[in-house]
Amino acid sequence: MAAASVTVPQAEMPLSPAMRGKVGMWCLIVAESSIFCIFVVAYLYYAGKSVSGPTPAQVLHVPIFASICLFSSSLTIVLSEKAIHRGNIKQFGIFWFLTLALGVIFLVETGIEWHRLIYNEGLTISTNLFGTTYYSLVGLHAFHVTVGAIGLTIILLFTLFGAVKMEHAGRIGVFAMYWHFVDAIWVVVLSVVYFIAR
Amino acid sequence: MAEAQPIVPPLVITPEREGSRPIVQVLHDWIVTVDHKRLGIMYFCYGILALVIGGIEASIMRAQLAVANNHLVSPETFNQMFTMHGTTMIFFAAMPIVFGIANYLTPLMIGARDMAFPRLNAWGFWMTALGGIILYFSFVGGFGLYGAGSAPDVGWFAYAPLTSPAFSVGHSTDYWTIGLLISGFGSIATGLNIMTTVLCMRGPGMKLGRMPMLVWLNSVMAFLVLVAIGPLTAAQLMLLIDRYLGGHFFDTQAGGSAVIWMHFFWIFGHPEVYILVLPAFGILSEVIPVFSRKPIFGYNIMVAATIAIGFISLSVWAHHMFTVGMTSYANAFFVASTAAIAVPTGIKIFNWIGTMWGGKITFTTPMLFSVAAVAQMLIAGLTGIMLASAPFDWQLGNSYFVIAHFHYVILGVIVFGVFAASYYWYPKVTGRMMSETLGKCHFWLFLIGFHVTFDFMHVPGLLGMPRRIYTYEASRGWEGWNLIVSIGVIFQALGVLFWVFNVLKSYFKGKIAGNDPWDAWTLEWSTTSPPPDYNYAELPVVRSRRPLWDLKHPEDPDWKYE
Amino acid sequence: MYPRSANCESNSSMPCEGRARRSSRQVARLALLFLACGSSAAAATFGPSPVPSLFSPDSTPAHDIYHLSLFVLAICLAIFIVVFSLIVYAVVKFRRRDQDDGHEPPQIYGSNQVELAWTVIPILIVVVLFLAAARVIHAIEDATFPPDAIEVTATGHQFWWEFQYPAYGFVTANELHAPIDKPMHITLLSADTDHSFWVPQLAGKTDLIPNRRNEMWIEPHALGHYVGQCAQYCGIQHAKMLLNVMVDSQADFQKWVQDQEAPAVTSEQVAAGRKVFEANACMNCHTIAGTPLANGRFGPDLTHLMSRTTIAAGAAPNTEENLTLWIKGPDAIKPGCLMPAMQLDDQDVKSLVAYLMSLH
Ligand code: HEA
Ligand code: HEA
Ligand code: HEC
Ligand code: CUA
Ligand SMILES: [Cu+2]
Repeated sequence: MAAASVTVPQAEMPLSPAMRGKVGMWCLIVAESSIFCIFVVAYLYYAGKSVSGPTPAQVLHVPIFASICLFSSSLTIVLSEKAIHRGNIKQFGIFWFLTLALGVIFLVETGIEWHRLIYNEGLTISTNLFGTTYYSLVGLHAFHVTVGAIGLTIILLFTLFGAVKMEHAGRIGVFAMYWHFVDAIWVVVLSVVYFIAR
Repeated sequence: MAEAQPIVPPLVITPEREGSRPIVQVLHDWIVTVDHKRLGIMYFCYGILALVIGGIEASIMRAQLAVANNHLVSPETFNQMFTMHGTTMIFFAAMPIVFGIANYLTPLMIGARDMAFPRLNAWGFWMTALGGIILYFSFVGGFGLYGAGSAPDVGWFAYAPLTSPAFSVGHSTDYWTIGLLISGFGSIATGLNIMTTVLCMRGPGMKLGRMPMLVWLNSVMAFLVLVAIGPLTAAQLMLLIDRYLGGHFFDTQAGGSAVIWMHFFWIFGHPEVYILVLPAFGILSEVIPVFSRKPIFGYNIMVAATIAIGFISLSVWAHHMFTVGMTSYANAFFVASTAAIAVPTGIKIFNWIGTMWGGKITFTTPMLFSVAAVAQMLIAGLTGIMLASAPFDWQLGNSYFVIAHFHYVILGVIVFGVFAASYYWYPKVTGRMMSETLGKCHFWLFLIGFHVTFDFMHVPGLLGMPRRIYTYEASRGWEGWNLIVSIGVIFQALGVLFWVFNVLKSYFKGKIAGNDPWDAWTLEWSTTSPPPDYNYAELPVVRSRRPLWDLKHPEDPDWKYE
Repeated sequence: MYPRSANCESNSSMPCEGRARRSSRQVARLALLFLACGSSAAAATFGPSPVPSLFSPDSTPAHDIYHLSLFVLAICLAIFIVVFSLIVYAVVKFRRRDQDDGHEPPQIYGSNQVELAWTVIPILIVVVLFLAAARVIHAIEDATFPPDAIEVTATGHQFWWEFQYPAYGFVTANELHAPIDKPMHITLLSADTDHSFWVPQLAGKTDLIPNRRNEMWIEPHALGHYVGQCAQYCGIQHAKMLLNVMVDSQADFQKWVQDQEAPAVTSEQVAAGRKVFEANACMNCHTIAGTPLANGRFGPDLTHLMSRTTIAAGAAPNTEENLTLWIKGPDAIKPGCLMPAMQLDDQDVKSLVAYLMSLH
């Protein structure tokens, strides 16, 4: 946002232009949440309303490993943030890579799960209401993880080429917010899909 | 805080024009611009274009309905007309116009040099533009230009299962879905941008409690955009999944529910109408004080009322669904929440009256439009209250009474407000005044047209005329009324034409405005007209809600009282 | 204005109600005189009318709504008069005069007392409005029915109505018959898209939604032919999905029921027509009770077609010409409706119409 980097003299403003990245991300999170909210409502509303099988209880296995990976990726990204604040780019890179790896593992796991559901259980998005709501809700989340993973990759590449410096800590922080949000959403999706509406 | 250095009014300059430079270059500059002022102007013009297109569609409907058993257009064309009219007006006329005004004025009013994310700002505009283009591409799709091509014909809230592949063959509905989906992304981006700008980019001394009313209303509008567009986006995604991946969200054959679409749509749809009206309220809250020569009455309460409206409006959506057979408890709840909105809205109306009370009112064109808007908000709101009384709505719902109700708000308040804004800020934007005589003609023509059309439109509703019918029998006794309604449109169209002419003429012939033609009080009037790219050479330090008043009246500045 | 004459004719046969009702109508007229320039006063009529004004109810639920609406109108009218005159007063009184001294007026920033006043009073009004509405919601939605209430199942189709009388076991279309002064409980279903059952003089509207079961009820108090219309956009011919409700005396209703229960009898001279009917796709979409082949459900039941005053959901009077026109090409009467033109030669059409005309 170079175009907007104007230096406004500091008055007694709690939020400075420097913080607009974080504030903007918060706004995005609000908007995204309302989208997920609707999908969750749809999932809960249609739970058990399918006219034909298979049902969640029959085919769903709780993705414990995948979830652990995703959740721990929140931890690694926090560590990488700490690292860059300390100016330790190398450490930052390592933790950043770990975060990416964990995210990718999650996606792969999801892929395997879907493959099993489609080919072994015969559950597709058009099979029944459960299929429709399951794939769209989990898929919407997976899509967000993918976007995050792409972002992580790009920044990782920058790091490898030495383009990431200490002064970028702020923007890294903004990106980390998004990643945490994606994790938080998974808490909701996980509990709704695999526990509440089982 | 730094001692308030006076806001040095730069000397009046004749607005220099880009005429000299080659047209290609000028166009290029506009297309690649990230300047909030230019984007604001582009949003506004885009919206006006849509207003004219939507208006012409409306005129076609009115021509068809003017007499009984008319055969001017075919049934499907009529259905496409009201769908395109509604969609165009709400998403591509009203929203871009309010976004444009917010874009142009917010940074100027809070003493910033641009929006928080200029490039995102441009992206948002182009997404909105693209959405509209996709929607209108439907006209040339399908069976070519015959009738209205393959324009969508499912109504602007596209109730399921009419949108299911079974009942909507071909791609007409997809133009609607994808068009709105994409413009929705643009809206979210703009909402995010306005919100962040207001929170982070305020100039020195511009505390939240000192922001102009318009900025306040725009930030509440932005908040509603953030929370309300999401549900629409989600619903559109579900609809696409149903139509392309064989999903069953709204597939009543496979156990899906038609009613849940209504919920999802109106959870968006009701806040949407407040997204549109709040900026209009903001405009009134800027214009009325200046031309009454008094500060806005009860600033704090006005702000509180705005926030109250914002929150309550998230809990009233099902008043659009009183007839779908909800339980008596659900109906009762939504009667209560809906009627509750009357209170903060009433507070606003009363405070506007309070602002005029004891003032010295000059009836310039912007003030005329504003006063009319206040009175019309009163009437439109009261018809809303009638609809909010569920049993009464069981009779009035989906009748022309509803059509009359919301056109009363949308035209009577929003469009009138937008016209007021155009006369009020035109000098700031172009550096020249608009012609008052033409303005008065515009006002009276549009006022007459508006009332002839929409006052009388209530009547067929009360006589049991449902909406969305392409024809009716003479024996139903609706004919005379519909004729009157249609005649009014001619005056509205003339009024609009006067306005367009005025805008164009004044751009070249209008008399030089100077920085502060209205002797107003908010920051934007302290810079040149048109403002320089950087808005403010020296960011002004604000000590009260009316910085220019402080400047002009050092003997008793506002900050003494706040 | 316009409808007056039409009404008078249609009402000449109607029993006139008592003074009380009329005077309350006067109030309605008055309220509306202000609200809509006296317009619908013209339409406030007695008994059924082709102009189904909300202000001439003839059935219990419609009455409850009518009285609530007068109350709401009165309150809104009062608010309007007060606030509007405030606006006018302010605008006139405080306009800048020609002999103005050029000084700014005293700068008032607000006053908590008045703010409080114009916050509390509206709150009270809102509470009143809510209670009034809640009462009527309860009275109509949570009503219980006597065992002898007539049960009807109305199913919405694109773009016509199917009416089943489970108790009597027959099906008819587009024209609902109800006995006077007796509650009729209507179950609302839909075969395709959303529709809405709206006969303003009898009751408020309720939607017919696929995969959902809605209910409503009427209790008509005046004899005659009430018009209504589908009030939820349901597709290309939503405009021509009219509703006709015939309120009969108990005796007439019983007679009508007996006629409907009887199967169709084919006399010899129209046997040719019946052959055409059964030789073509007609029978796949239409039921004619008493004929083994014609049992389709996609179109209206034609068993007693001639007992109906209109065809195609009120699109045209039920006459020989219209039937001929209809069978030659339904689009001539109802463009876009779901009945195809059957491409029959004039001879077949002639005999077919003769057959249909015999279905009393
Ligand atoms: C654009 C802006 C806008 C605004 C501001 C409003 C404002 C209101 N609207 Fe409206 N409405 C629409 C746009 C708007 N509406 C649209 C587009 C539709 C139709 C969509 C469609 O179906 O296509 C619609 C439809 C609609 C319906 C559904 C009708 C139906 O389809 O069956 C209802 C029902 O409750 C309703 C109610 C209200 C109410 C109670 C208000 C309130 O906010 C009004 C509050 C204001 C006042 C009451 C006046 C001032 C108050 C005082 C002077 C204080 C004293 C008064 C009292 C205490 C009562 N509206
Ligand atoms: C911003 C919102 C907005 C605006 C401004 C308008 C403006 C108008 N609307 Fe519309 N309207 C809606 C939003 C809006 N409407 C919505 C949401 C619906 C519901 C759709 C649905 O049911 O799905 C609706 C539905 C609707 C209907 C009901 C259709 C039906 O249910 O069958 C009608 C019927 O009269 C109507 C009429 C008009 C008219 C006469 C105007 C006039 O004010 C227009 C005046 C403006 C112009 C005429 C353009 C300017 C003219 C010129 C520049 C000159 C050139 C023009 C000519 C030569 C004619 N509108
Ligand atoms: C594909 C199905 C289909 C076929 C075949 C069909 N109809 Fe119909 N018919 C309908 C539908 C649907 C309607 C209701 C149209 C409407 O009101 O929108 C209807 C309406 C009618 C009506 C008016 C009924 C009423 O009470 O309003 C008549 C009479 C009729 N059809 C006769 C015929 C005859 C005779 C034939 C054969 C030559 C025929 N139909 C073939 C579907 C069909
Ligand atoms: Cu059926 Cu509209
Ligand atoms: Cu609403």
